[in-house]
Amino acid sequence: MVTVFGISLPALMGQLLIGLINGSFYAMLSLGLAVIFGMLRVINFAHGAQYMLGAFFAWFLLRYAGIGFWPALVLAPLGVALVGVVIEKVLLSRIYNLDHLYGLLLTFGLALVIEGLFRHWYGTSGQPYSIPSTFQGAFNLGFMILPKYRAFVIVASVIVCLTTWLLIEKTKFGAYLRAATENPTLVQAFGVNVPRLLTLTYAIGAGLAGLAGVLAAPVYQVSPLMGQNIVIIVFAVVVIGGMGSIMGAVVTGYVLGLVEGLTKVFYPEASSTVIFVIMVLVLLVRPAGLFGKE
Amino acid sequence: MTEPLLQVKGLQAWYGESHVLHGVDLQVHRGETVTLLGRNGAGKTTTLKSIMGVLRKRQGEIRLNGKDLMGLPLHQIAYAGLGFVPEERGIFSGLSVHENLMLPPKVADGGFTLDEIYHLFPNLAERRNSQGTKLSGGEQQMLAIARILRTGANILLLDEPTEGLAPVIVQRIGDVIRALKAKGMTILLVEQNFRFARKVADRFYVMEDGHMIDTFTADELEGRMDSLNETLGL
Ligand SMILES: Nc1ncnc2c1ncn2[C@@H]1O[C@H](COP(=O)(O)OP(=O)(O)O)[C@@H](O)[C@H]1O
Ligand SMILES: [Mg+2]
Repeated sequence: MVTVFGISLPALMGQLLIGLINGSFYAMLSLGLAVIFGMLRVINFAHGAQYMLGAFFAWFLLRYAGIGFWPALVLAPLGVALVGVVIEKVLLSRIYNLDHLYGLLLTFGLALVIEGLFRHWYGTSGQPYSIPSTFQGAFNLGFMILPKYRAFVIVASVIVCLTTWLLIEKTKFGAYLRAATENPTLVQAFGVNVPRLLTLTYAIGAGLAGLAGVLAAPVYQVSPLMGQNIVIIVFAVVVIGGMGSIMGAVVTGYVLGLVEGLTKVFYPEASSTVIFVIMVLVLLVRPAGLFGKE
Repeated sequence: MTEPLLQVKGLQAWYGESHVLHGVDLQVHRGETVTLLGRNGAGKTTTLKSIMGVLRKRQGEIRLNGKDLMGLPLHQIAYAGLGFVPEERGIFSGLSVHENLMLPPKVADGGFTLDEIYHLFPNLAERRNSQGTKLSGGEQQMLAIARILRTGANILLLDEPTEGLAPVIVQRIGDVIRALKAKGMTILLVEQNFRFARKVADRFYVMEDGHMIDTFTADELEGRMDSLNETLGL
C-alpha cells in the first residue's frame, strides 16, 4: 500500500478532501464577511446565523412546500438576502456614524436572537437534508473515493468566489463599490445612490452566507448551532487573510481548510486549534493580515 | 437680465458647532465663468461644498435652473446638472484611470464623448489602464475635470484646479478651461492663483471670513486692484 510519511495515501487524501470541503465553506463565508466589511465597515457577527438561515430555508422549502435542492439553491439565498435588506435598512443604517464596535455588538446580538429562536423551535439536534439525487454516489479515483456531492460543493464554491470577484473587479457595480469604499461622499455627490449600494452590499454578503448554508445542508445537517460553530473559525480566517481583502479571504479560506485537514492527519490533537495558532502568529508578525494593506 | 443658472441666497454653513458661512449670496449665469477669490480659510471651499450638498449642515436658498437643491438628498443633486471637482481631486486608488473616468453616472444628455475627452486629454488616453493615483498631480487634476465632462453636467464647480501644479500644467488647465468656455460650459471656479484666474474669469466674487464682500466684472478689475491687493495679500 502506498504511504506518505507513514500515512496511507487514501487516508491522507480523505483528510485533504475534508479539509478542502471545509475550506470551501470558509472561503465562501469569509468572502461575504470581507465584502460587507469592505463597504460598510461593519464586522458582521450575524454571518453564522445567516448561514444557518440559508440551510433552514432550504429545509423549510423541502418540508413544507416540497421544493427540492436545486430551486432552494436559488430561493433560500434570496430569502436570506431579503432578511439582510431588512437588517441593513432597519438597524445597521442607523449606526454608520458610530464606532465600528457598535456594528459588531449589534450583529452579535442579532445572531444570539436568531440562533436562540431556532434553538427554541427546533432544539439542538440537527435535521437531516438529503443529497440531491444527481449527486448521489461517488467517483472512484483509484487512490481515493470522491463522493459526487462533495466534488460539486468544491466546484460550486470556486464558481461562487470567482463570480463575486468578477462582480467586484470587472463590473460597473463593482467600480461603485470600490470607489465608495474609499470616498462614499464623493461617489454619492456624483449621483450614485450610496445608501442603496450599502443595502445591496449587505444583502449580497448575507445571500452568500445563505448560499453556503444551502450547500452545507446535505454535508453537515441543518442545525441551529451550525453557524456558531463555523463563524468563529471564519473570523479567524478573515483576520489571517486581512480584513476587507476579497482575494485574501478566499485564498486563506481554502488554504486553512487544507492546513486543518493535514493537521488532522499528522497531529490530530492540534486540529481544532491550528487555525487560531496561525491567527496569533499572523497577528504578531503582520497585524494587517497576509493580504491586507499595512 | 435673465434668470441666473445658479442662484445662491443667504447661504449659511456649519462644521459641527463651528459657523463658517454667514449668509453668502452668489449668482452664475449660463455660459459664464465666475471666480471666487479670497484668502485661505475665507470659506470658498465651504461654499462649493454647500452648493454641491456634500456639506449637509447648511441653510439658505440654492437654486439651479429654478430648481431648489436644498431639500434634495446628495445623490440627486448631481442630476440637477452640477459637476464637482473637489479641492483634493478625489481620484480613487482602487480604480484604473479609465474606471475613474467612467465612474460618475450620466446626469443629462450632451456630455463629452469618450473620444472627445481622450482627444482633449491625450495623457489620460495613454495611461488609461494605470491605477488612478499613480498619475502625476497634474494628470490627476486633468482626470478629475475630465471625469465630470462625460456626465452632461452644465455647471462645473472647480475647487483650486491649479493648486500645487507646475506652471506648464497650469497653462494646460487654462487651455482646457478656455476650451470648455468656448463650448458654452458654465463654470464656478475657486482660485487662489490670481494671475491664472484673471485670464479665464468673466466675473469675480471676493470672500472674507464667510461673507461675500465684493463682486465685479473682468472689465472692472483694473479699478479694484488696490483693494484686492489688500484683501488677498497679493
Ligand atoms: N472639516 C472642517 N471642520 C472644521 N472646520 C473647517 C473644516 N474645513 C474648513 N473649516 C474651517 O472653515 C473655514 C473656511 O474653510 P474653507 O472653506 O476650506 O476655506 P477656503 O477654501 O477659502 O480656504 C476655515 O476657518 C476653516 O478652518
Ligand atoms: Mg479651499
